[in-house]
Amino acid sequence: MIILEATDIGISFGGVKAVDGVSFSVGPGQILSIIGPNGAGKTTLFNVVSGVYTAGRGAIRLSGEDVTGLAPHRLAERGLSRTFQNLQIFQRMTACENVMVGRHLRERCSLLPALFRTPSVTRQNRETRAAALALLEDVGLKDAADIPAGSLPYGACKRLEIARALAAEPRVLLLDEPAAGCNAVETEEIDHLIRQVADRGVAVVLVEHDMKLVMKISDRILVLERGRPLVEGTPREVRDDPRVLEAYLGQHGAREAARA
Amino acid sequence: MRVLANQRFLTLAILAVVIAVLPFVFPSSYYFRVASLVWVSALAAVGLNILMGQAGQVSLGHAAFFGIGAYAVAIGPAHLGIPSWAALLIGALLSAVLAYLVGRPILRLKGHYLAIATLGLGVLVALVITTESSWTGGPDGMPVERLTLFGWRVSGSSTWYWVTGGLLLVGTWIALNLDETPTGRAFRALHDSEVAAQVVGVDVARFKLQAFVIAAVYASLAGSALAFMNGFINPDQAGFLHSVELVTMVVLGGLGSVLGSIVGAAVLITLPQALTVFQEYEHLLLGLIIIVAMIFMRNGIVPSLSSLLVRKARS
Amino acid sequence: MAEFLQFLFSGLTVGAVYALVALGFTLIYNASGVVNFAQGEFVMLGGMVTVFAAAAGIPLLLAALIAIAAAVAIGLLLHRLAIEPARGASAVTLIIITIGASILLRGLAAIVFDKQFHKLPAFTGDTPIDIMGAAVQPQSFWVLGGTAVVVLALYVFLEHTITGKAVLATAANRLAARLVGINTTTIMALAFGGSAAIGAIAGILVTPITLTSYDVGTLLALKGFAAAMLGGMGNPVGAVVGGLLLGLLEAFGAGYLSSTYKDAFAFLVILIVLFAAPQGLFGRRVVERV
Ligand SMILES: Nc1ncnc2c1ncn2[C@@H]1O[C@H](COP(=O)(O)OP(=O)(O)O)[C@@H](O)[C@H]1O
Ligand SMILES: [Mg+2]
Repeated sequence: MIILEATDIGISFGGVKAVDGVSFSVGPGQILSIIGPNGAGKTTLFNVVSGVYTAGRGAIRLSGEDVTGLAPHRLAERGLSRTFQNLQIFQRMTACENVMVGRHLRERCSLLPALFRTPSVTRQNRETRAAALALLEDVGLKDAADIPAGSLPYGACKRLEIARALAAEPRVLLLDEPAAGCNAVETEEIDHLIRQVADRGVAVVLVEHDMKLVMKISDRILVLERGRPLVEGTPREVRDDPRVLEAYLGQHGAREAARA
Repeated sequence: MRVLANQRFLTLAILAVVIAVLPFVFPSSYYFRVASLVWVSALAAVGLNILMGQAGQVSLGHAAFFGIGAYAVAIGPAHLGIPSWAALLIGALLSAVLAYLVGRPILRLKGHYLAIATLGLGVLVALVITTESSWTGGPDGMPVERLTLFGWRVSGSSTWYWVTGGLLLVGTWIALNLDETPTGRAFRALHDSEVAAQVVGVDVARFKLQAFVIAAVYASLAGSALAFMNGFINPDQAGFLHSVELVTMVVLGGLGSVLGSIVGAAVLITLPQALTVFQEYEHLLLGLIIIVAMIFMRNGIVPSLSSLLVRKARS
Repeated sequence: MAEFLQFLFSGLTVGAVYALVALGFTLIYNASGVVNFAQGEFVMLGGMVTVFAAAAGIPLLLAALIAIAAAVAIGLLLHRLAIEPARGASAVTLIIITIGASILLRGLAAIVFDKQFHKLPAFTGDTPIDIMGAAVQPQSFWVLGGTAVVVLALYVFLEHTITGKAVLATAANRLAARLVGINTTTIMALAFGGSAAIGAIAGILVTPITLTSYDVGTLLALKGFAAAMLGGMGNPVGAVVGGLLLGLLEAFGAGYLSSTYKDAFAFLVILIVLFAAPQGLFGRRVVERV
């Protein structure tokens, strides 16, 4: 079964093809990793799939529905959620509020009760906060709940973004370098968390440079090079593919992959 | 949460106490008038702060809605035979509708482009008011019939003090309510990162529009109140300089701080009153004070002072 | 035809002034990211100082030079005393500071000069020149010619001098400019000074036609801002084209549609253009990087 399917995606900026003819698909509970050198177009692909950029060509289907060109919030309504490589946290809000915003689609949001602070609004707030705190605990940020997110360290912000994305209870989760800036222990925790999320039936698409993590966790791996798909296969197939070694694992990654 | 709930209570309590106590220290009715003027302006500023401070969208034409509210209660009774209170509601409705219609295309714009578009909207409304003199009295303005509610004729400076003070209290209560709701959080979220708000499902266009309409209604009600209070209205109330004044109140007090908007309004209204003793130096000093305040308290008066207090308390 | 030409010339004349104000906006915006609402006050100063210096018996040319020097001094002071200390503040804060400066300068002008309207004699007489039936004031040619000279001089400065290239580099990327050793503070001061000079020249050229007083700056700043936006903020060519376009729109709008709503056309068009092209007519569309 396939839940997210991207076909022949292409987008260019000022004549430069950032993504060119990339296709992939994931099913519930699967983890697909997308790897490739810096500038390969991984983030851009995420931006297209999540509706942040409008693709030049290609189609995106979510649960069988054609969602090409839909706005990000429409995709979110259909169960797509993501994190950002370059942090996009709500700096002036507390960590807990950040995650509460993640519950936006799960909340009733009519204006009049909000203006007059009816009991139902207060009750809902309590519930949302409780759910947010539980998620913060999952990513190890419970103690930071009431700290302004802008003053959290980088690694904590990365995990905060994961918690916020999960708060929407997505069916598809795109993670853009979630372990960047995290130490070994934190990376281990994130590994664990992604596993858990997938086990609950969420389709995960992961962009990550930590090869150890990628090789261990992925069901399939797609390798991009300069916007084009290079190889797709199981971790073993990808690891053993000479083109991948040449294009990407050539330098330090090869050693890491060998160790993994 | 606890802290925030307290802050909400604190803001309301401070405001209520100030409104209640001030009359005991006022030596003359002139002070009632100035204070009412502060409450009315603060009401508009508190609304604008929802748009600018919470949702992060600048409006350099907000006096347009102030003007619509003011002229609605002037024109309605005088030309159309509509009762004053109904004219007030119609003005608010008109402002909301205009904000809704124009807001959609305007709020797609960002930064300076949004600034010039809102500015343009403001200038256009002011121009219409100035030009359609058979309805509005043109540049000279027009008289406003006194407000009558259930046979009670609302007049006198101390009466208006309490009416406007009460209005501001309600407006402040509502603004504070909004802060801690899905809507308020959506505002603040899209202020910090539109794209992140979108990917968790916030319909950014819809919420910007909501903030714009809310702010427009606040300004409209404030405009109506001022018109009733003064018994007279002129196009300056809808003009660019008044828009700038409103923005300055919000920024000077502290973007995002409800109490800040009120403090900003108080400073900007009372200062020129105090400066009239300097007569012709009034504008010079006003400009100077705005510059100096923005340089040395760039986060606004209330946030700057409160962080100062926190630092004092820590050491 | 005569009527059309009449509107064309008056539109170009007013448009040239808007273009100069927009150019001043753009120069400061590019160098510092600041939208300077006191830009109109430079125009006012150019006119007022010339008027009062001339009234004191100083020859017109010298009076004009004094006015430009005064405006430049005020521009430099504005940068040094109000903008530089607020470095790093948010865009709205900076806008409010320049609005504060504009109120201050207006107040200052009301005290130093007065609150009356003033006129300068036209540089080369008042006898209208007949161009295919349209009566064109000789001063219009001064305005158009003066604007062309300013635009050309600015172009040569930016493209063909080291300092000018430093200004362009700073506009393109302030951080990178600083890294290659450009003193961006000096560049900003230069932009404020240059922008003040351009504004003052506009004021001197147009005062014989439109009169001046201490408070003419506000509307000029708004129109100049609108013109700069119309062309696409930060684009000098766009600023000039935007200014001329705005002037023409006003003249034809006032002539053929409604003269009472003359000032409305500029803003109506701005709204329509921004609805259709949110980056202005000549602004590049960029995909915001996430
Ligand atoms: N908004 C944009 N405007 C211009 N170029 C862009 C934009 N977004 C991405 N690019 C270009 O697309 C290419 C791919 O970048 P990216 O997707 O960030 O790579 P990766 O995430 O694989 O490191 C790069 O050359 C980058 O400069
Ligand atoms: Mg990337």
